[in-house]
Amino acid sequence: MCVSCGCSDDAEGTVTNLETGEMEHNHHHSHTLPDGTVITHTHTQYHHREHDPSQLHAKIHGTTISLEQEILGKNNLLAAQNRGWFKGRNILALNLMSSPGAGKTTLLTRTINDLKQQLPISVIEGDQETINDAKRIKETGCKVVQINTGTGCHLDASMIERGLQQLNPPMNSVLMIENVGNLVCPALFDLGEQAKVVILSVTEGEDKPIKYPHMFRASEVMILTKIDLLPYVQFDVQRCIEYAQQVNPNIQIFQVSATTGAGLDIWYKWLTEKVTNSLQPV
Amino acid sequence: MHELGITQNIVAIVNEYAQGSKVQRVLVEIGKLSAIMPDAIRFCFDICSQGTALEGAVLEILEIPGLAKCRQCGTEIALEKPFGLCGCGSVHLDLITGEELKIKEIEVEEVCV
Repeated sequence: MCVSCGCSDDAEGTVTNLETGEMEHNHHHSHTLPDGTVITHTHTQYHHREHDPSQLHAKIHGTTISLEQEILGKNNLLAAQNRGWFKGRNILALNLMSSPGAGKTTLLTRTINDLKQQLPISVIEGDQETINDAKRIKETGCKVVQINTGTGCHLDASMIERGLQQLNPPMNSVLMIENVGNLVCPALFDLGEQAKVVILSVTEGEDKPIKYPHMFRASEVMILTKIDLLPYVQFDVQRCIEYAQQVNPNIQIFQVSATTGAGLDIWYKWLTEKVTNSLQPV
Repeated sequence: MHELGITQNIVAIVNEYAQGSKVQRVLVEIGKLSAIMPDAIRFCFDICSQGTALEGAVLEILEIPGLAKCRQCGTEIALEKPFGLCGCGSVHLDLITGEELKIKEIEVEEVCV
């Protein structure tokens, strides 16, 4: 595992570029050390060049070393670099998260089709296996890269960095990052996005926000999907909203159906306002 | 199961800082609201540390309780979950402690700077 970025050898992921069909297993990247030195190195499945230990400093008292090392700090550092990259290119990046089957990809394809005339959108797709979702996204005509995490249960900042190299999203655009379907782990990993968006479907049970509070606490927006199914399922919308607001009093909630189109205008309004507010005028 | 990746992180960070010395003890601070299960970290630690400077090291985990301050009335309240309800009726709480995830210190056999 790379200590300076937190990415691991065995759960490093595979990046598939849907434009070129190329798959990339290895990656190389740069780190800036505290003294300003920049080290570029390569990760492979079997080989990993360690950083020069002399660049690392520990405060030693007797035999006890005080570290105060943030365990997720390396991921957070890379996420900050991604955030800077987005800012420099005037890209609004959103991290879409949900349990498997909540309807992320359906919502995404509908959103892209409805907004592609006004908003250039590209996508990084995260799944453990297959490029199925990326193929669905590609049918909309937008740029997409699939990241397969293998055994990994979430995307991390280093995977996004690699995905960005392949995707090369245009300046002044929107990047949708569809995370691995999982309501637990993705909440912990900052990718460098401007906002996290959690998607919950009415087929899942209204108490999900209090069952998985970290996810709903971390999100700026909750999109309640599949509301066209409400007549057929037992789901108390009001209670769900109360639970979500209990966990996160500031969360914005949109009720939508990507199938019928109901409620999507409010989501689109939020998205376009976010673009206006986040991005610098061209 | 993000704990496996996090344990690999802990082992790799400590291994690098130890700079070849054998590690006897690792003290990790985990907040009770951090969504990290200490038992899962303990479970993974022995396996992840095999063949490294941490093999055989004692893993100590300091669990930091959750504490929040109510934005409305200023009362500090203990939390078991990353959200809650203040006695004044407000759910607007600022977390003070409970989200920690840190390697506090390590103890090595020899001092090697």
